[in-house]
Amino acid sequence: MEPIYADAKYQEVPYAEKKRLFDEVKADLRFETQLYGCYECGICVAACPSARFYDFSPRVFAQVVSREDVHTFYELLNDSVWDCSQCFSCTCCPRQNNPGGVITLMREVAVNNGLKSAKDALKAYSRIIYKIMSTGTQVAPDMLQPDFFPDWGPDVQQVSANLDVWRRAIPPETMHTVELAWDVSEKTRLELYLIWKLTGNLEMIENIDEGLFMILEEVMEELLEEHGYDLEEIESVVE
Amino acid sequence: MSPLPIVHEPTKAKDRVFDRKPPLTDAEYKEKLFALEEQGELIVHRIGEAQKAVELETKTGHKKKVPLDNTWHHKSCGQCGHIPGYSTAIFWLIRQLGLTYHDPRDQTSCTAWNYYASATSNAAAQAAVAVRNFAQAYEDGYFPIVHCGTSFGHYKEVREELLHHPELRAQVRKIMDALGKPMVFPEEIVHYSEWVHAQRHAIAGRQVRDFSSITATVHPACHYHKLVVEDAVYDRELYDGQRTAIVSGLVKALGAKVADYSTWHDCCGFGFRHILVSRDFSRSFATIRKIERMKEEADPDVTLTHDTGCVTTLDKSQFAAKAHNRNVGIPVMSDAQFAALAMGAHPYKVCQLHWHGVDMKPLLELMGIDHQAAWTEFEEQARRIEAGEIEYMTWEDC
Repeated sequence: MEPIYADAKYQEVPYAEKKRLFDEVKADLRFETQLYGCYECGICVAACPSARFYDFSPRVFAQVVSREDVHTFYELLNDSVWDCSQCFSCTCCPRQNNPGGVITLMREVAVNNGLKSAKDALKAYSRIIYKIMSTGTQVAPDMLQPDFFPDWGPDVQQVSANLDVWRRAIPPETMHTVELAWDVSEKTRLELYLIWKLTGNLEMIENIDEGLFMILEEVMEELLEEHGYDLEEIESVVE
Repeated sequence: MSPLPIVHEPTKAKDRVFDRKPPLTDAEYKEKLFALEEQGELIVHRIGEAQKAVELETKTGHKKKVPLDNTWHHKSCGQCGHIPGYSTAIFWLIRQLGLTYHDPRDQTSCTAWNYYASATSNAAAQAAVAVRNFAQAYEDGYFPIVHCGTSFGHYKEVREELLHHPELRAQVRKIMDALGKPMVFPEEIVHYSEWVHAQRHAIAGRQVRDFSSITATVHPACHYHKLVVEDAVYDRELYDGQRTAIVSGLVKALGAKVADYSTWHDCCGFGFRHILVSRDFSRSFATIRKIERMKEEADPDVTLTHDTGCVTTLDKSQFAAKAHNRNVGIPVMSDAQFAALAMGAHPYKVCQLHWHGVDMKPLLELMGIDHQAAWTEFEEQARRIEAGEIEYMTWEDC
């Protein structure tokens, strides 16, 4: 099948490949409750923060995915999908569409298939994935470094310079941490890792950053072994 | 410019039926949960007498039970990690009101920040993370209260997905079996700001600082009132029930002025991925669409919000904008920190305002706080820790 426009992008990518990816989005069990047609009213665009600063439109996502235009879908999947703010302001849609939800599904497919555009979008983000997957908290005080947040002003330098003492000068006992946002017990961190493992998330990480996957697996599975977890036995419960 | 030539018709979604159903109301969510419990599929964690719950009205006019006591605190990554006075203020308020809470170590992030930023997860993992945390709260015997707006919104998404899809429930149940945990979901998903809203008159009753000269703007968190909207709290006395009452209700109860501005409904610009690795967008949106509009239209002394990312984005984005001579310079904090300050909390030991970016001193002066003396007191605590005289600052030191 030919692309819609004569000068459409990604003409070198076979239609079958684009369709395969589109079908993966459609196969997600959440897909059926994301789109219900479109009035073309543009309310979602008016509410969308990304639409103000990027060449981005939640309405285009709703329409392209609804009409199954796989060529434009593929273009959005590579060129626009990572611009979404995931604020879900677009759920103000009078047709009850959820363009932000469709975008979440598209991003999952992009990651699952290791698309180059997804790898590029997440290149600087890998350290955060390591943080959440190994500690159970998304951000931590030790990330407040001037080289990571140079635009946040001199306060970051202050925090960074006094980090250990300032963290201990916080009353709740669970927050005297530097590498974690709060003190997550090791047992709980391992349970979280097992969830990632049993739901196929580690394969997603491998698709997007093989090096990160190898470090994560080595560190966490050593811990599991130390704590006497039998992975084969656990996996047999799920199968 | 002439239109691009159409070389063939787009494919049609011939097979799809746009079967549009109204969203479930919050009461229907509960009915479905209880029905699943009857069928033996899960345990519903109920709000009991120990929680001394009150009822608040939701967007759809239903009553939502908000537990006041014996609560299990589902903490927030960004609050605990980068703005620790946020979580501390919540705990301080509970302690001041003589109530009991549990601050668990057996709690993980909801992982939704990562999911919305990178999509390196899926429906089963996200639901399993939610259910594992809820099972822990159930086993600990306290009712969960969620600190983060994104966790709150995402857990409601998870609830909807679990109720809709038996195959997802089956998958999550197997994972819980493997972890040795029960399959539990709470009767209500409650955000801490709903607790603050429910307690606003009790907080005002213990107010020791005069806030009548303070003007505040409110930024409502998108994931509180836009993501599965049904059980967000509304009040006919506030904005005629057309906007969520959360935060604004507290400001009014404390005698400060709530100032309106034209981009009230806009997002803060957090963006999940953007705030960490693509901040030019977050900075631009936060300052141009939110802070500058507030400045021009309301010139507030402070802007208050009730979510992790919103405090961070609105606060931290202002430094770079100031370097470009933009009209910025509004202190940003959470409703909990504002409430704690009204009740006499220490600005640095409890509210930890030194972790925020924008200069708070003019605001503290308006509140009648001697910030220089307060900072000296904090520094003395820090000195004692550094000198090894004490290991940590405790609640008693506050």
